[in-house]
Amino acid sequence: MAFTPTKETYSGKVYPVTIGTGDKAVTFGGENVLPFNSFEGAAPNAPVIAYEIQDVPPTDWPENVQKPFAAVSDDPVKWAKYCQDELKAKAIALRLVGTHPDRENRTPEEASKTVKDVLAAINIPLIILGSNHAEKDSQVLIAVAEAAKDKNCIIGKAQEANYKTIAAAAMANNHKLIAMSELDINLSKQLNILITQMGFEKERLITDPMCSALGYGLEYTYSVMERIRLAALTQNDMTMQPPMLGDVGMYVWKIKETQAPESDLPHWGPAEERGIAWEAVTATALLIAGAELLIMRHPKAVEAVEKTIEELI
Amino acid sequence: MALSGVEIFKMLPKTNCKKCGHPTCLAFAMKLAQRQATLDSCPDVSEEAKKVLGEASAPPVRPITFGAGDLAVKMGEETVLFRHDKKFVNPCAIAVEIKDTFSEAEATKIIEQVLASEIDRVGQKLRVDAIALTNASGDAGKFEALAKIVAAKASVVPTIICTENPQAAEAAAKLFADKRAIIYGANASNAEAMANIAKTNKMTLGVHANGLEELSALTEKIKALGVEDMVIDSGARKAKDIIEHNTLIRRAAVKKNFKPLGYPVINFMQRDDSLVEALLAAVGIAKYSSIIVVNSVEKWKNLALFTMRQNIYTDPQVPMQVEQKIYNIGEPKPESPLMITTNFSLTYFIVSGEIENSKVASRLAVMDSEGLSVLTAWAAGKFTASKIAQFITESGIEKEMSHKELIIPGYVAILSGSIEDKLPGWKITVGPREANALPAFLKTRAA
Ligand code: B12
Ligand code: SF4
Repeated sequence: MAFTPTKETYSGKVYPVTIGTGDKAVTFGGENVLPFNSFEGAAPNAPVIAYEIQDVPPTDWPENVQKPFAAVSDDPVKWAKYCQDELKAKAIALRLVGTHPDRENRTPEEASKTVKDVLAAINIPLIILGSNHAEKDSQVLIAVAEAAKDKNCIIGKAQEANYKTIAAAAMANNHKLIAMSELDINLSKQLNILITQMGFEKERLITDPMCSALGYGLEYTYSVMERIRLAALTQNDMTMQPPMLGDVGMYVWKIKETQAPESDLPHWGPAEERGIAWEAVTATALLIAGAELLIMRHPKAVEAVEKTIEELI
Repeated sequence: MALSGVEIFKMLPKTNCKKCGHPTCLAFAMKLAQRQATLDSCPDVSEEAKKVLGEASAPPVRPITFGAGDLAVKMGEETVLFRHDKKFVNPCAIAVEIKDTFSEAEATKIIEQVLASEIDRVGQKLRVDAIALTNASGDAGKFEALAKIVAAKASVVPTIICTENPQAAEAAAKLFADKRAIIYGANASNAEAMANIAKTNKMTLGVHANGLEELSALTEKIKALGVEDMVIDSGARKAKDIIEHNTLIRRAAVKKNFKPLGYPVINFMQRDDSLVEALLAAVGIAKYSSIIVVNSVEKWKNLALFTMRQNIYTDPQVPMQVEQKIYNIGEPKPESPLMITTNFSLTYFIVSGEIENSKVASRLAVMDSEGLSVLTAWAAGKFTASKIAQFITESGIEKEMSHKELIIPGYVAILSGSIEDKLPGWKITVGPREANALPAFLKTRAA
């Protein structure tokens, strides 16, 4: 029996999405094969990792992931520049948690100023995220989308409860948009349809099927992503063809495994290595499932995932 | 080639005698095609049909047991490419390399790490599964010396004997008699000798080739020599090639029932950078490895990889769940607190772990919610006031307690009024939202 490889040809393709401007713009997506299956098709762009920063100091992050940014994280501009210049970040994701009503409750104007200052300091692409408070996000994201007009940023996240205003703001100011639904392929599809029905171009969307951390529901995100990717490729389902986001850092650095000290759990090993590994393994799993854009925190985790990506492409 | 139900039917006796437990031969044939029945249920099938159908109805990836005793590992038996289609069957084994160039102290250190690697996670006992001895020195004497150390100190751990030198393999194999070790290192030039050693010692043979074509030819040749149990290595070492080869192997086995590649896959993933090695291992776990060989097994890395493997290999249809009942944590007295949660394994293990941390003896009522987490179960109507009330009433736990207070998870605070309505005489207390606040909560109450 001679071996003949069973190659697949797919009818569909993931949209390529470019963010940023000038020679630091980056493109992800664009493949017509399953993740890293370039042996049977085209995968022109490598996945991109964006460093997560915040508008307020990261006092809510575990110490081990605060540490690498201790000298710069009191100021989002310094923090962004540090990621760009020292860590060679390809993109920055600025999360405006300070706007959350239960936090500093910063105003849309304050948020806009932060965004403008960060944009003035960097030349790599910027992803601008709200605080995940549906109502407040619609006010904040409208303002910051305008403040970042024509910088080709990603604005997010649009959810079922607030997509109209946020999508309109992204559209009016020439940005890309993250559409997030909760771990359900049909909900994700439906949200993409609703947004494109507003006249938002489907090629400007990024799908966030909702992340979960290793050991805390990762298998759900993994399979939803795999199914979305298969629908995009095998059924040529256009509503499933935007590239996907894995918002890894924020889900990983809140669970016990990334925080509990070794003294409490000697069989778990040192907390610092454990936390870094947790973030990096979660990210790698999502890349294999189909994520093209990752938002991460720890520089060592990012570095290891980037090395792995290099080996995979 | 996988046969269709109708093709199988043509080879059955067609008497519809029902001895197989199915109403007709056709019904039985359909079950065979879906791999939901095995041919031995039909007593009257002809020898010739047995031969043809036996091949075709065997699982696409050959089942192999690696190691002996309690720590034996099952491999193979996979039937799908994607975990959402059907549960992945036998979790990938993690093996750590010990080179025969290491000092005895170094080798012993790794052996001790392996022996102490067991971790309990969500009710499963997980560990580094195997040791791979490699003949890095090229010297048969050194290899045997290492094999002796491992056989003496880690006789319970499944072992992979890695050498291309048949003499070295034979000497080492003798030390692992009846242990169902793997002898890895058969290639195009030593196939006969290695096949003989595997056969004599009743061991699985690890076959190494350059590329999938050569690998297919080699396994056919070795099979013809009488070795049935093999693990295969296409020679891929770079992550890109590992994904390509592992994918093509799994497709050939599952979609075409291509027997020469229908064996568990072994991937060598050793890297100097331990974190990068962990990430490649994660790639292997997701993409069809049955054995991953790594350089090092630090605790932090084991925990992450075991968890990854557990996630990928859970049943996508049935979340991991624990039995519905009232669990005692510590030795509860009549006045000890009673809490309630759902039977999703993850929820149960997190919550019971935190109650243990509190050192306050308690009762934890775990209610069947089809394996859903607290909020998911609540949203799905499976963790409702009336169901909770019914469960608590029917459990009869009241008789063992001196109070009637039930603590509910903070995320379902909204249920407290309606539970009180349905459980007359009971006081419902809203606990913290996150389980990690439970120790403080319980301790303050106890004080
Ligand atoms: C994974 C997941 C799923 C999985 C199911 C996983 C499972 N086995 O349960 C799937 C994809 C199937 C799913 C489905 C649905 N889901 Co869902 N899901 C999640 C997700 C992402 C994680 C849930 C999880 O595993 N948590 C981890 C466990 C350990 O948490 P837990 O059980 O709550 O336990 C914690 C606490 O409650 C506390 N605790 C637990 N017990 C006790 C007891 C006491 C006494 C105390 C004090 C504390 C305590 O301690 C634990 C750790 O801190 C959450 C969102 C999120 N990130 O939380 C949504 C979420 C729970 N789902 C939600 C919904 C709406 C649904 C669906 C109804 C809708 C849908 N998407 O189709 C369906 C319903 C399922 C069905 N069969 O009909 C909503 C619930 C919203 C709400 N507030 O009502 C959530 C919150 C998402 C959201 N924001 O909308 N879901
Ligand atoms: S036992 Fe064999 S002959 Fe009888 S019904 Fe079943 S398949 Fe047909």
